[in-house]
Amino acid sequence: MTDGSTTIDHAAILDWMRRFAAEVEEHREELVRLDTAIGDGDHGTNLNRGMKKVLEKLDGTEGDDIGATLKAVGMALVSSVGGAAGPLYGTLFLQMGTATAGRSTLDTAGWADALEAGVKGVQARGKAEAGDKTMIDALLPALEALRTAQAEGDGPAAAASRSADAAQEGMTATIPLEARRGRASYLGPRSVGHQDPGATSTHLLLRSAAEAFASN
Amino acid sequence: MAMKKLINAPDDVVREALEGIELAYGDRLRVSYDPAIVVRGDAPVQGKVGIISGGGSGHEPMHGGFVGPGMLDAACPGEVFTSPTPDQMLEATKAVNGGAGVLHIVKNYTGDVLNFEMAADLAKGEGIEVESVVTNDDVAVQDSLYTAGRRGVGITVIAEKICGAAAAEGRSLAEVAELCRRVNGEGRSMGMALTPCTTPGSGQPSFELGDDEMEIGIGIHGEPGRYREPLAPSAQVVDRLASAVVEDLPYNSGDNVLAFVNGMGGTPLIELFVVYRDLHHFLQERGITITRRLVGNYITSLEMAGTSITLLRLDDELTRLWDAPVDTPALRWGA
Repeated sequence: MTDGSTTIDHAAILDWMRRFAAEVEEHREELVRLDTAIGDGDHGTNLNRGMKKVLEKLDGTEGDDIGATLKAVGMALVSSVGGAAGPLYGTLFLQMGTATAGRSTLDTAGWADALEAGVKGVQARGKAEAGDKTMIDALLPALEALRTAQAEGDGPAAAASRSADAAQEGMTATIPLEARRGRASYLGPRSVGHQDPGATSTHLLLRSAAEAFASN
Repeated sequence: MAMKKLINAPDDVVREALEGIELAYGDRLRVSYDPAIVVRGDAPVQGKVGIISGGGSGHEPMHGGFVGPGMLDAACPGEVFTSPTPDQMLEATKAVNGGAGVLHIVKNYTGDVLNFEMAADLAKGEGIEVESVVTNDDVAVQDSLYTAGRRGVGITVIAEKICGAAAAEGRSLAEVAELCRRVNGEGRSMGMALTPCTTPGSGQPSFELGDDEMEIGIGIHGEPGRYREPLAPSAQVVDRLASAVVEDLPYNSGDNVLAFVNGMGGTPLIELFVVYRDLHHFLQERGITITRRLVGNYITSLEMAGTSITLLRLDDELTRLWDAPVDTPALRWGA
């Protein structure tokens, strides 16, 4: 451990959400552009609307139950994002919330367990597998990198950073893929050569986590 | 080119359109805003199966224009081209449940399916009996393990009408759901675009199309189609679309069909009737008889110019249910 704290506390989770909301706002047009190329062009707009709703809901949050906060984030996203991203991001947070219910701090293992629960939830809801050109292509490598970092004794900040790097590689690796899920799959081979917008926002999510955990 | 739309602000379009619907039809529809739903004025009708549908806005009159006796009990409008959310569907389900259960008619888009799945789970958790039927009639999409499956398009309008009639007759939830699956199974569609459309949120056309090009096999959310081709006369376009539709089921000589020529929003009726004429001749040459028809803009894609063709193979029961009275803002006869 050379950076950040040794545990993730409730304040770090709130900071993560604020940073992610800011990233989504900043990259809104990029997400719209990526989604216009192979989807219907609403990903950046929808996620931005959802994260604003999340911040409203978290404003004045009391207590230190990480699980309760993540569940609140999930419900806010489910009821405000729409599209496929609403249920998928919503499920990610709801499952992470269930995995961290009652916890006020998380170590690297706790964070990895939470992410794993979230990723499993997303896969159960969306039924996507690796290589389908979806957010799963960023989430699975991120989880794997997190487990490797955990095994090597990394603290949460360092582990989250390696996890974000892996998500970034996974995101870039969606470019040559042919989409098999969601609206992009209707394009068949014409989806090749475009980066998946869901994998892109997932990278922002995990990068925000790494930054939040490093500075709290 | 700057976006030219009759709106006040991009973020307010859906809400302000709902306010307009409420002001225009408040005598027979109830509109709620948080969450956004459009409900039959006399809902819930006791003892009748409730039917709801929903989807992104931008396809008007679908679905809000189809709320009323003989068709939908409620509609859930999402943001433009964005699926509505489970809290809307749950609210709508509760508002129309008259004790006989509620049918969710869901167009096959990943977002719609996932949100309706979550809503059905929530409604069942509250003790409401729910059946869900997913429509997937678009032959432009290869139905394989490697896509999200065929999209739900024109047959959805017809299924809502026919199931609405069956529910009004007092049929059970299981029967109405089975009927909906049968209509979906006997229906096929395909669409094309002459121009893309522009969502108020993005301000940009959904795809680029040259002055001399058309897009065959488009969806209803501005998503590009399967093939881009040089512009062709109506008869050739109809041949292209109708061949794919007829060969897929297939529809055979001797079949009676309902033919639905739909406009995508930016195509005038005069052109849709040219398309209908060409479709009539195309089917006549193959021994297929149009015994019922619907021509107009019913499942649109904002201001996109283009058309879609939907066929439903009819039998006596489906014909009778199609003819049954309907009284909604967008479809009205016999009432």
